[in-house]
Amino acid sequence: MKKYILPSIVLSIVSMLVFVVIYTLIVWGIGYAVAPNHGNGEVVTVNGKVVGYKLVGQSFTQAKYFNGRPSSTTPAYNAASSGGSNKGPSNPDYLKGVQAAIDTFMKYNPTIKKEDVPVEMVTMSGSGLDPDISPKAAMVQIPRIAKERHLSEEQLTALVNKHIEKPFLGPAHINVLLLNVDLDGLAAK
Amino acid sequence: MIFNTEILGVVTIFAVTVALAIPFGKYIAKVYAGEKTILDAVFNPIEKLIYRLMGIDPDQEMNWKQHLIALLTINIMWYPLTMFILMNQNWLPLNPDKIPAMSPDLAFHSTCAFITNCFQQHYSGETGMSYFSQLFVMYSLFFLTPAITLAAMAVVFNALKERSTDKLGNFYNYYIKSNTRILLPVSLITAIIFLLNGMPMTFEGAHTFTTLQGDTANVARGPVAAFESIKMLGLDGGGFFGVNSAHPFENPNFFTNMIENIYHIFLPIATVFALGFYLKRKKLAWMIFGVMTVGFLLLLMPAVYYELKGNPAITQMGIDNSLGNMEGKEIRFGTVASAFWSITATSSMNGATNCMHDSFMPLSGAMQLLGIMVNSLYGGVGTGVLGFFVTIILTVFIGSLMIGRTPQFLGKKIGMREVKITMIVTLLHPFLSLVGTALACSFPNLTTPTLGNPGFHGFTEMIYEYTSASSADGSGFAGLGNNTPWWNISCGIVILLGRFLPIIGAVAIAGILGRKLYLGDSAGTLVTDSPTFGLMVFSIIFIIAALTFYPALAVGPFAEHFSMPH
Repeated sequence: MKKYILPSIVLSIVSMLVFVVIYTLIVWGIGYAVAPNHGNGEVVTVNGKVVGYKLVGQSFTQAKYFNGRPSSTTPAYNAASSGGSNKGPSNPDYLKGVQAAIDTFMKYNPTIKKEDVPVEMVTMSGSGLDPDISPKAAMVQIPRIAKERHLSEEQLTALVNKHIEKPFLGPAHINVLLLNVDLDGLAAK
Repeated sequence: MIFNTEILGVVTIFAVTVALAIPFGKYIAKVYAGEKTILDAVFNPIEKLIYRLMGIDPDQEMNWKQHLIALLTINIMWYPLTMFILMNQNWLPLNPDKIPAMSPDLAFHSTCAFITNCFQQHYSGETGMSYFSQLFVMYSLFFLTPAITLAAMAVVFNALKERSTDKLGNFYNYYIKSNTRILLPVSLITAIIFLLNGMPMTFEGAHTFTTLQGDTANVARGPVAAFESIKMLGLDGGGFFGVNSAHPFENPNFFTNMIENIYHIFLPIATVFALGFYLKRKKLAWMIFGVMTVGFLLLLMPAVYYELKGNPAITQMGIDNSLGNMEGKEIRFGTVASAFWSITATSSMNGATNCMHDSFMPLSGAMQLLGIMVNSLYGGVGTGVLGFFVTIILTVFIGSLMIGRTPQFLGKKIGMREVKITMIVTLLHPFLSLVGTALACSFPNLTTPTLGNPGFHGFTEMIYEYTSASSADGSGFAGLGNNTPWWNISCGIVILLGRFLPIIGAVAIAGILGRKLYLGDSAGTLVTDSPTFGLMVFSIIFIIAALTFYPALAVGPFAEHFSMPH
């Protein structure tokens, strides 16, 4: 037995040295050199001030901004404690919540017909931090924002189209934060 | 129309995985056979140094019993160390976000889960683990645990060669090479790709700032890129953050999603072909791969179909349900890629999630559950091949009975001891998960308050938890409030039994066979690499899974499916 225990102890120490210290420092060093924002996460700035992270969603509930998906964290889009709703598809309370979300969406966007309400705007994302919405979800909010911001729907449609990202083989999506930053810029003109 | 590109996306993921796995399997076979490989120049001197420090001679071969002792002692070392770190992480260094210590039962469960490659997490990463724990516990065990099973698999490979011997190589040699030649290099390259795609790799704590709308936000970060690459490659699956690969920092875009998804089944498929290359029995490898793929596709298609169809209860509300079931899913992946991920993660015992399984449609959840229950459709890294090996022994036994011949596999007669071990291993996982669930149902005051959803779905949450624990998968229906003494202790015990007994069983069977006389194949020997035999293996897998698990599936996901509008 003894001839197994000593090698195991040495192996554990060597493992920690290699995997925790050496491997980590190599990746950290490369990240510091080449990764966005030195590996701290790419930030979005307005006038030199950080307003968010490109990859991590944030809450947009005001009528003058494009809204993102519902988030189940407390408060919404809590990036220090991610989470999904984990509600099952047959759960009666969950379905009541979805119906309520539909009604709220229609109240805030009165010109939109019910069959155009996109499902992702009334369902919660897996992380609670989804930074994206589908192009259709953005288009559907244009009438409301045109009224709030006194901009034309054509200007907004062009803005939305500019922000559609279509990765190779992946679904098209729009980053809500980047869209809203541009929206602020457009409205300021 | 968009769904066509999404389906093309997952077909591409699968095709690329197989295309990469076959040559990599050849490389793995060469590593374990001791042949010259390209990384020799870099790692030979490093490995020599490690052997010298350990005081072992890598050319000293062991028999199967010595291999198992080496395997178990390596694992046992980490038990007290991990428990100590987790229960003292509050004062240990590298804790910028002031995470508190884990409770004893949570530390017990976490240690059981981490040492076994399961990584079932009853805590949420960004609130439950300090950077010190993530680094010294998770990083270490992310490499250690897959290397253990790869080494055990190498022992089995060695034992199945066409000769009779007790000498099956050196466990430490296999274990160290699994890390230096297979896991570490690929992980490093992947980490760099992840860095360039925006995954953070920092030791800074959470960042507080004001959002565009004017609210205060607090964003947790951490050393994620290096973590993520080995987490996926080693099929560990434990997330840095609570929502695992649904978190934008663990999976920023569709490209990283493709890479992570490839890794679910990359090593499992590669090891199947490694078996073929090592033993120079390529037909056998193709038979195994064929059976696994057919089973996998049968699980995949219903899941993708029902997720794309969406929740009929929501369709009834009259809105635009064209994206499918988006509850618990992320926009940048879409429904198809999320469904595909969930099936590859559960078939391969990886357990990482890029979407919330609790919110899947009932039959999709049933497919995930079946993947974990069957445990050998690709299966885990090393454990997939080991599990399938045991299934082959069972099938050879039954098939040989049918033709009135002594069971024989790869030239070795199969005896009573091997068949007894096979039976125990085959019945173990169903036993653990069903008995565990039955016990949980017997104490409703302890378990019912923890359920996240009522009715049939709640029952599915419970059986998923125990099935995931016994098969070392680690994913879960996250609505279950599983950080309670009941769940922590019962799942911890299930995890330990479910992980080590099958490995011991498979190595024992191989070791016993390895010692036996090698007889060539005669005209009457049952052929084990033909499509007919493959069909038989598939049928055995299907029948055993159906007999053991069908009642539970009927009471859970099937009942839920039929109770919903459709």
